[in-house]
Amino acid sequence: MDQANKTSAPAAQLDRADTRVRHDEGIGGWLRSFYDRVRSGDLGMIPVIVGLLLISAVFSTLNPVFLAPNNLTNMLFDAAAVGLIALGIVFVLLLGEIDLSIGSMSGLASALLGVMWVQFGYPVPVAIAGAIAAGAIMGLIYGFLRNRFEMPSFVATLAGLLALLGMQLYILGPTGSINLPFTSGMVRFGQIYIMPMWFSYALAVLPGLLMIWTGHRTRQQRAAANLSSTSMSVVILKAVLLSAALLFAVWYLGKGRGVPWMFGVFVAFVVVMDYALRRTKWGRSLFAVGGNAEAARRSGINVKRVRLTAFVVCSSFAALGGVFAASRLASSSQQAGTGDVNLNAIAAAVIGGTSLFGGRGSAWSALLGVLVIQAISNGLTLLNLSSSLRYMITGAVLAIAVIVDSLARRSRASHGRA
Amino acid sequence: MAEGQRKTAKGELLLSLRNVSKQFGAVTALSDIELDVHAGEVVALVGDNGAGKSTLVKILAGVHQPTSGTIEFLGQKVTLSDPGKALEMGIATVFQDLALCENLDVVANLFLGHELNPWRLDELQMEVRAWTLLQELAARIPSVREPIASLSGGQRQTVAIARSLLLDPKIIMLDEPTAALGVAQTAEVLNLIERVRDRGHGVILISHNMEDVRAVADRIVVLRLGRNNGVFTPADSHEDLIAAITGASDNSVSRRAARKMESLGE
Ligand SMILES: Nc1ncnc2c1ncn2[C@@H]1O[C@H](COP(=O)(O)OP(=O)(O)OP(=O)(O)O)[C@@H](O)[C@H]1O
Ligand SMILES: [Mg+2]
Repeated sequence: MDQANKTSAPAAQLDRADTRVRHDEGIGGWLRSFYDRVRSGDLGMIPVIVGLLLISAVFSTLNPVFLAPNNLTNMLFDAAAVGLIALGIVFVLLLGEIDLSIGSMSGLASALLGVMWVQFGYPVPVAIAGAIAAGAIMGLIYGFLRNRFEMPSFVATLAGLLALLGMQLYILGPTGSINLPFTSGMVRFGQIYIMPMWFSYALAVLPGLLMIWTGHRTRQQRAAANLSSTSMSVVILKAVLLSAALLFAVWYLGKGRGVPWMFGVFVAFVVVMDYALRRTKWGRSLFAVGGNAEAARRSGINVKRVRLTAFVVCSSFAALGGVFAASRLASSSQQAGTGDVNLNAIAAAVIGGTSLFGGRGSAWSALLGVLVIQAISNGLTLLNLSSSLRYMITGAVLAIAVIVDSLARRSRASHGRA
Repeated sequence: MAEGQRKTAKGELLLSLRNVSKQFGAVTALSDIELDVHAGEVVALVGDNGAGKSTLVKILAGVHQPTSGTIEFLGQKVTLSDPGKALEMGIATVFQDLALCENLDVVANLFLGHELNPWRLDELQMEVRAWTLLQELAARIPSVREPIASLSGGQRQTVAIARSLLLDPKIIMLDEPTAALGVAQTAEVLNLIERVRDRGHGVILISHNMEDVRAVADRIVVLRLGRNNGVFTPADSHEDLIAAITGASDNSVSRRAARKMESLGE
């Protein structure tokens, strides 16, 4: 009787049949598997957190203004434009390709905005749409060159870098810069508009609540399907930690000006693209093509179309980033998008955890990475360092990010985590 | 695809190849290949290394395009211009090199290109289907949420086989599916081949293991140096089959057998 009871007792969960696997339960188990993941080279958010702590420590001792709430708000204003460009490059990096023209693309977009809006007098939305359309067309061209002629994206976009810069200089004409009207909503968006405090607080608790809600729902559904799931305590712990961090950030920024709308819009784009990457068939196919293009092709994925869409998304976001940059600077100039914009955006994505080798990355990497990059750039500006030094330091940061990426990749390979 | 949905009767001609040739530059991998596959039939494709078996499978999977020749599927001439088209028609393949994405987990690989609910992936349903399929194959896979990179060779092969079954194809082609499998898993795959056949599907099996081939095949098609070299049944003698594969009755296999006999005789 007893025996019969035992065998008919709740059938083993579908995914818990293999006894060789350690199933980590509860918070202790979560910490343990986190430790294992990091050791195998799956670094997650660690480089970003370590980077931000180091940067804050160094710069705030050199200049206490660095951590002042208003300076941080400025930093968030500045981060949005490069962040959008970084968000776009994530999609191309996921495929193991690269786009070196994102800086020029953003510059051209900002010039197009200025010309269409200020010189031709088109309504702002039309000018913005025009700039983004230019980005999309450029992406189509890169995708076509890659698909039709197997032209390495490295070369195609390097050529594009120069061509786009030329176009930017050409349409700006001899004056070389167009000032955007200071009283316009567009410029206020880039310099003044701040979220109301109650709204910022609401946004700060929203992710935590969503995590708990989806965590609970997933748990119920998985239990109904006879599958195991992460214990609720882990979900709640993560949600509490995240909410606490976000609430503290909002509170601290609120001591100064608060959270810029511009940054909020950037984060909204990150959320949308994160969904597209993780929860849609298209996102899955990006990872597949980046991991093994031939295997993806044999699974019936239209590899060429996937590549094309990735280049279009990338260039479009670069253009949108250019629009944001123009509204931030209240001008479209020959300098827009030049200098370190290109590499800052790529470095941001890589620091945030998107691999240059393809097949690994996330939309969040753009957000996390751009915070690091912007903190460095802002700190160096506060120290009144010349741009020569800033370039050298940004270059070094990019090199370090790539080294970390390569080492982590090697370690993952030897731990069977690809 | 309307024709893809049609039910097939047992014994109906599913696939027929006429004069199919394939050239890779100067190398003629296949010349004038003829092959028929009927519903409810297991056709074994055998031949030495480099005989052109995988090339033939890849042509039928839409990976390579034939240089010349015609392919008929369900009585209609078809061009398999890309792998998606072959899958859509109901030709599924387990490739010799497996073709899995190492960075994706088992579930993602199984459903790659055919995810449930494209705009809001149904991870739960996919995971349940994954476990059910893998259990049918007696798979020993610790977790379907780990990347393929962490699996052993045999486990990967099981995943590749499970993937080919997912879409309920009309023809399934297995290019050395049991090469890396353990005893139990090999038996499961052979059982599975028989189950698939009994369900009225056609199976093309490539294997170097003559025991497995004889156990499940209805016909054994021999390729040699890219050409048809005879069709056998499991009832035919082992020596004839080997002779067809190696191209001579006096070959290394027969010489080895003769030496064995001699040493036993002493
Ligand atoms: N992509 C390719 N490019 C050039 N030559 C190729 C290609 N694929 C196959 N070949 C050639 O075609 C011939 C047949 O190869 P194939 O892979 O079909 O052999 P096989 O019968 O599957 O052999 P094995 O038993 O070793 O798997 C070989 O001579 C090979 O060199
Ligand atoms: Mg082969």
